[in-house]
Amino acid sequence: MIGKEQMGLLKQTQDTWEADVEKRGVKERKEQFFTRSKIPVKRVYTPLDLEEAGFDYLKDLNFPGEYPYTRGIEPGMYRENLWLIGQYGGFGSPEETNRRFKYLLSKGITAFTLALDLPTQMGYGSDEPMAEGEVGKTGVAVNSLRDMEIIFGDIPLDSVRLIGTLANAIGPMALSWFMALAEQQKVPPTAFIGFLQNDILKEYVARGAYFLPVPSGLKLSIDVLEHCARNFPNWLPLMVCGYHFRDAGGTAMQELAFTVADALAYIEEMIKRGFRPDDFVHQFQFHFSAHLDLFEESAKFRAFRRIWARVMSERYGSRDPKTLKAKIHLYTAGSTLTAQQPMNNIVRITVAALSAILGGVQFPYLSSMDESFQTPSEEAAQLAIRTQQILAHEVGITDTVDPLGGSYYVEALTNRLEEGVWEYLKKIDSMGGAVKAIEQGFYQSEIAAASYQLQREIERKERIVVGVNEFKVKEEIKLTPLKYDPDAEQKVVARLQSFRKERNNPAVGRALDEVRRAAEANQNVVPSVFEAVKLYATVGEISQVMRDVYGEYVAGKTYF
Amino acid sequence: MFNFPCARWVPRALLRRNATRSNYTVALRDRGAEEQNDEVSGRQEVALVLAERILQGEIRAAARLMRDIDDGFKSAVEELKLLYPHTGNASIIGITGPSGAGKSTLVDQLTALYRRHEKKVGIVAVDPSSTFTGGAILGDRIRMNRHAEDAGVFIRSMATRGNLGGVSRATGDVVNVLDAMGTDVIIIETVGVGQDEIDIARMAHTTVVVMVPGLGDDIQAIKAGILEIGDVFVVNKADRDDADHTVHELTARLEMDPDKDRAWQPKVLKTVASRNIGIEELLGEIEEHGAYLHRSGMIRHLFEEKNARIFLELLKERLFAEVFGHLEVNGRFREIMEEMANRRKDPYSAVEEILAQRFGPLSGGSASESNPPVGARLGEEK
Amino acid sequence: MNRRIRILIAKPGLDGHDRGAKIVARALSEAGMEVIYTGLHQTPERVVSAAVQESVDGIGLSILSGAHMTLIPKVLKLLKDKNSDDIFVFAGGIIPANDILKLKEMGVAEIFTPGAETTDIIDFVHRTVAREIRQ
Repeated sequence: MIGKEQMGLLKQTQDTWEADVEKRGVKERKEQFFTRSKIPVKRVYTPLDLEEAGFDYLKDLNFPGEYPYTRGIEPGMYRENLWLIGQYGGFGSPEETNRRFKYLLSKGITAFTLALDLPTQMGYGSDEPMAEGEVGKTGVAVNSLRDMEIIFGDIPLDSVRLIGTLANAIGPMALSWFMALAEQQKVPPTAFIGFLQNDILKEYVARGAYFLPVPSGLKLSIDVLEHCARNFPNWLPLMVCGYHFRDAGGTAMQELAFTVADALAYIEEMIKRGFRPDDFVHQFQFHFSAHLDLFEESAKFRAFRRIWARVMSERYGSRDPKTLKAKIHLYTAGSTLTAQQPMNNIVRITVAALSAILGGVQFPYLSSMDESFQTPSEEAAQLAIRTQQILAHEVGITDTVDPLGGSYYVEALTNRLEEGVWEYLKKIDSMGGAVKAIEQGFYQSEIAAASYQLQREIERKERIVVGVNEFKVKEEIKLTPLKYDPDAEQKVVARLQSFRKERNNPAVGRALDEVRRAAEANQNVVPSVFEAVKLYATVGEISQVMRDVYGEYVAGKTYF
Repeated sequence: MFNFPCARWVPRALLRRNATRSNYTVALRDRGAEEQNDEVSGRQEVALVLAERILQGEIRAAARLMRDIDDGFKSAVEELKLLYPHTGNASIIGITGPSGAGKSTLVDQLTALYRRHEKKVGIVAVDPSSTFTGGAILGDRIRMNRHAEDAGVFIRSMATRGNLGGVSRATGDVVNVLDAMGTDVIIIETVGVGQDEIDIARMAHTTVVVMVPGLGDDIQAIKAGILEIGDVFVVNKADRDDADHTVHELTARLEMDPDKDRAWQPKVLKTVASRNIGIEELLGEIEEHGAYLHRSGMIRHLFEEKNARIFLELLKERLFAEVFGHLEVNGRFREIMEEMANRRKDPYSAVEEILAQRFGPLSGGSASESNPPVGARLGEEK
Repeated sequence: MNRRIRILIAKPGLDGHDRGAKIVARALSEAGMEVIYTGLHQTPERVVSAAVQESVDGIGLSILSGAHMTLIPKVLKLLKDKNSDDIFVFAGGIIPANDILKLKEMGVAEIFTPGAETTDIIDFVHRTVAREIRQ
């Protein structure tokens, strides 16, 4: 690149320039500038910053589609295929969700994530006491396969390319629903990509949708991975999540590091079951947030691809591009949205999405502008789709691959993030890996500290949040409230209870006994759960079997 | 202002002065009018009401008294007087050990087991107060709150409020309230931040010391004090690889104990509290120790020691408060400080003068020479 | 002879987003209060039992799942049933304006929506405790 002599000259020139700038005596807006994740930011970046980091174009960037995939996992990226325009949806009753799904299909979505309510996600039936008030609230209540049949009524599974749900604690049940639906609809499993989040480890840290103790929760996730590795090699049964660490107040560095560490824990478990990483790692996706610090975020996605390729090649000696390429799934960070002046959220979501597309992600999902105070209305959901379409077609960022590549600043950030992740990984390794680190509260304490610091910065106005701590207006929040059936919960409960009487209960009982036997014998539970699901055993019933066998998780020490 | 160190006993004189600053008459949150009066006249009536309600098992009244105790309310003493005859029936178990040993989880599982034996359980869980702000986050309930709805379990979280030694100053009195309510078993969980948490042994009948494998070589570093107070030792999280090593080390350390010929030989047990393993054995051993205390008559000895200590501590506090309160209020304290500063008065004579003024001429020469226990000295006065 | 303020911070229901609850717990403790934290997934019954046993001044409930219109009224009712409605209740989370009005009518002392500052919450607790004592 630049020769030694030129570097010397550059250094001299920069020193003089910096001195001249200082001499002007103009005060900068802040003593010290930082990225959102507390990486110090310099006045200006030059080739010297890359030189200092020992930057080597071919080693550190290379070409798109080439190791270490910093510039993208495919050679042509968005010049060849735009990303799948996906949407997260589902609320109230199965019928309402079916209508919403059809509406979204008519707007041109190519991927769909079914949102489940919390009781379903945590293995409770809609009629259990813990479910009261929660049924149909953050997503749809799915008690049994019958509900899935209604949700996907007149919608063949292959009408979109990617379809799945965020089940984490109930992976075997959710997988069985899609297997059973495909069987009923006679759609071959190769005709669409079924995906699950199925990342239980992060639940114990950030989102709390767990019910079994950590080792048993992990076992169910791995059962799903194993079943898919053997039977559905084109499906994506695991989405390792960093998003939730970030939304819980963590930094970009924590988001990346804990995601890598968790992924390694899943890989180790699969190795214990006799698999090699190249057998199944291509079925992983990674789920991150897109925050508002445009360049740091783009650097984050670039850094992640490089870290992942290096980890897989250095730890496991993988040479298989399918293993080395990290597919990034993304959601614009809900925690950046404000309830105040909600229209401002449209701008925030756009910037976050921009960072993701500049960062070369595969599946961007956009928040709805009204998300911080209600389940998205149809209008807001459409706006989220339109935002993606504008970015795809009108602003030119999809016409060349990795347009930020070579920016001194972005490359310096990419390097710094990678460095920080290696430091974290070393620490987590020394604790004995992700499971131990989580059990000892390491992630939790790191995130809590970052989260509290961020809150303090906002309250001291060291960080401005427009409409919240500055530029406030007196306002009454006027938005189209989502119309949903206020009796939805009662209806779901009533239907569940009458439905229980209609099915073949002796057969359900026998199927549940089989599930219990498999769980007690520590076998893969997916085959027995699949049989029970087909007989319309409910999530609550199957989960109760798991609770009986494995016990329930009680949170450990909490960090503030 | 001189920062008065006693939370429980505030000199009357100080109170009187505070009264002019409006917050002496402490408004209680109970809205019963008669309860809002902390004056002597109303006090007996209040006490009867609250203590009676507690003896009838009213949770809310007990909780309120616990708060009054913790906040150092004078009225609380009157209540405690009435409750005292009803105490002395509960088994008191102390659970101590380093942070991260799983004490709360162990307490949670022990409680579940005691409940299966139909015992009423009280739990006092102590967490540290911040030395800077005085505030605290009390998080032990997280692992025990499944018992919150069980009428047979009463959980109280307390902050140390500046006290060292693993419990707070008010813990003993809070235990008395639970005892008077007819609680069968009272479990005290100490702070566990590596202090010398030996106060617990003076309060509990049976002290369980919880250890955990993998805390490094610190079995070596365990202070001898902790080993001496344990009646039962537990290596929790015993499903870890190095558990046997920890058990072995601990056993070896106990055998080095110079008192090892004592009648009770502490055992080292293994538990995995998170999976409810070893809890029955632990409960068995705690009961075995309880039986030993009664069989050997040690329980009487324990009570005697405890009673003497409580009496002497109270006496010390009260005497100090009585004497010092006057000094502060009438300005004598400041005078003495000034006299000492310019070396006109030595502290020894100053104390003797004050005591003589208060109690008449001292009989036994200079207090600083013989330095008998305060109680003994008072006895001489009578 | 001032009371040390005691506050229970709870997450009733199944919502597991505890970022806000933890920030509030820490901020209140740094303001010198004793904060009892009960962790995730609490039933209203457990929350109220804990509040009574701990004789707190107030209960702070954090709910982001949309179940607030079921869970908060239940907490209020249980407090009344236990003759403990002198314990004030405040809440935080994603709660629409209409529901805020309804909840306040039912007796919730204050509701903090996203963007609320911890200093406001601390002030609110101090004010409310002072008012309770005057009454």
